[in-house]
Amino acid sequence: MMQALSHNAQWVLLATFLLGMAAGVTGCLAYWKRQSLMSDALSHAALPGVVIGFALAGYKSLPAMLIGAAASALAGAVLVHRIRAGSRVKEDAAMGIVLSVFFGLGIMLLTMANRMPGGRQSGLDGFLFGQAAAMVQSDVQVMAAVAMLAILTVLISFKEWKLFLFDPDFARGLGLPGKWMNAVYLAILVTVIVTGIQAAGVVMMAALLIMPAVSARYWTDSFGRMAALSALFGGAAGGAGTLASLWGEGWPTGPLIVIAAAALFLVSLVFGLRKGLLLPLIRRQLAKRRLKGSALAGRSGLPERGSLS
Amino acid sequence: MSYDGWILLTASLVGSSCGLVGVLLILRRMAMMADAISHTVLLGIVTAYLVTRELSGVHMLIGAAAAGLLTALLVQWLHNRGVRQEASIGIVFTTLFAIGVILVAAKAGNVHLDVQHTLMGEIAFIPWETMRVPGFGAVPEAVVMLSAAFLVTLLLIVLFYKEWKITAFDPVLAASLGIPAALMHYLYMTLTSVTAVAAFDAVGAILVVAMLITPAASAYLWTDRLPSMLALSSAFGVLAAFLGYGLAVWLDTSISGSMAFATGLIFLVSFLGSPRYGLAARRRRSAP
Repeated sequence: MMQALSHNAQWVLLATFLLGMAAGVTGCLAYWKRQSLMSDALSHAALPGVVIGFALAGYKSLPAMLIGAAASALAGAVLVHRIRAGSRVKEDAAMGIVLSVFFGLGIMLLTMANRMPGGRQSGLDGFLFGQAAAMVQSDVQVMAAVAMLAILTVLISFKEWKLFLFDPDFARGLGLPGKWMNAVYLAILVTVIVTGIQAAGVVMMAALLIMPAVSARYWTDSFGRMAALSALFGGAAGGAGTLASLWGEGWPTGPLIVIAAAALFLVSLVFGLRKGLLLPLIRRQLAKRRLKGSALAGRSGLPERGSLS
Repeated sequence: MSYDGWILLTASLVGSSCGLVGVLLILRRMAMMADAISHTVLLGIVTAYLVTRELSGVHMLIGAAAAGLLTALLVQWLHNRGVRQEASIGIVFTTLFAIGVILVAAKAGNVHLDVQHTLMGEIAFIPWETMRVPGFGAVPEAVVMLSAAFLVTLLLIVLFYKEWKITAFDPVLAASLGIPAALMHYLYMTLTSVTAVAAFDAVGAILVVAMLITPAASAYLWTDRLPSMLALSSAFGVLAAFLGYGLAVWLDTSISGSMAFATGLIFLVSFLGSPRYGLAARRRRSAP
């Protein structure tokens, strides 16, 4: 299979796979912080920074644009927090405000940057809507490194993350620095988002952060297994979407990745072993059969305690 | 009317209708539904185009309203099956948007439906796409559509004012009074998508989201009364349109981007300076 792909395509495939894994793991953190839509807000909020980074560097320099994107996404995250904590406006409205106002500012700046020499040709717009196929090896290497970094950060202090997410009070009692954990969480989230945007696009990045985590939740109750599964789902969606776009000439990669993730979600929703829709139906059938069998055998018709749940 | 006049009128209509609809979104904590619907509207428009092969206003309105309703239904369906509200919003709108983008890429490549256009809109071209309206002469199509959307919104809000108010503030009371809460919810979601699509072609998705959420959130910081919040919110929407146009002319940049940014300026002023719920007022109150 790999022989059929060009050298560059293999790099792109590897990158989207790693990106999917990083997004899957990070999405788990966001899921349990009840901030699934934060990824959507922050990926939109990255736009002004991308343009400013481009304008300051004077050409399409990936590091400058990434740093700019990270800075403005972080500013967005801080603002969401400040608006929620400092007024009666709720978190969802705060996210909506940051998302739309930052994106509006970004479009203002983008229109101005497009008048700069090299603005239009540099494919600045592509950065937003995702052009996985246009990535070159060095772009891919940066992305792969960042994705590995995000995954490792979560792995190394896995126990601390668990405490931080599920029992923040206990974590504080143990002396875990909650503020710092929160900062690291935001840093990982922002890093994954800004590296992912250029491959998958703004909306697609949100999908990759949300869907694998929700899908994984249907299969297990353990956080560790959920994170691993989520990484697997994310990686699979990234890989499958990229392959599909490579084979169907000119099909957009980002949306195909989303479709792959959505398919995985649907499968999990129906067949999931912990919370899937099919499970209660099967259980009910089994219980009914057992009830019938025991009634025929002349014993008490009630099943044992717990077997119905 | 002059070129600038038509643009300002278009944007003001967007601002006032979105301002009205947005108030209920903020009160019912469904702000991110605005973001979701303004994305899925793309799928509705593409589907309507693929079915009728026409880019006319009515077809697009119907397609978009259907897509918005579908979004609301799917989000609710997933939510009823144990998926968290915000996660189900995220799942539904990204998927429907992705399908929309793929359909555009695969089937409707030559139409002016490109993603960028849907994001940023083409408000600068509005004054030239005119139609004849008896009694008024040549009026831009977008103005006619937006006026209709504004009137429908106003009518529905006035007509069901009591029902909206009770469902927004006390859903349990609403249920016990026999107000069909589910029906009101879906009616409201349809209203949001009709407003979104009417504004969509004119000003782009991002300004629709900005106009739906930010003026209403700003108004929420100034008042505790629903009627004044409705009035303030649509006034803020209009103000943002004027402010944004001024900015755009001054900096020679994207009109809808500037208007979205201007809603943010209005929110900033409200956040800092509102005498009731602003930051300064809070500080003063908490100081001994």
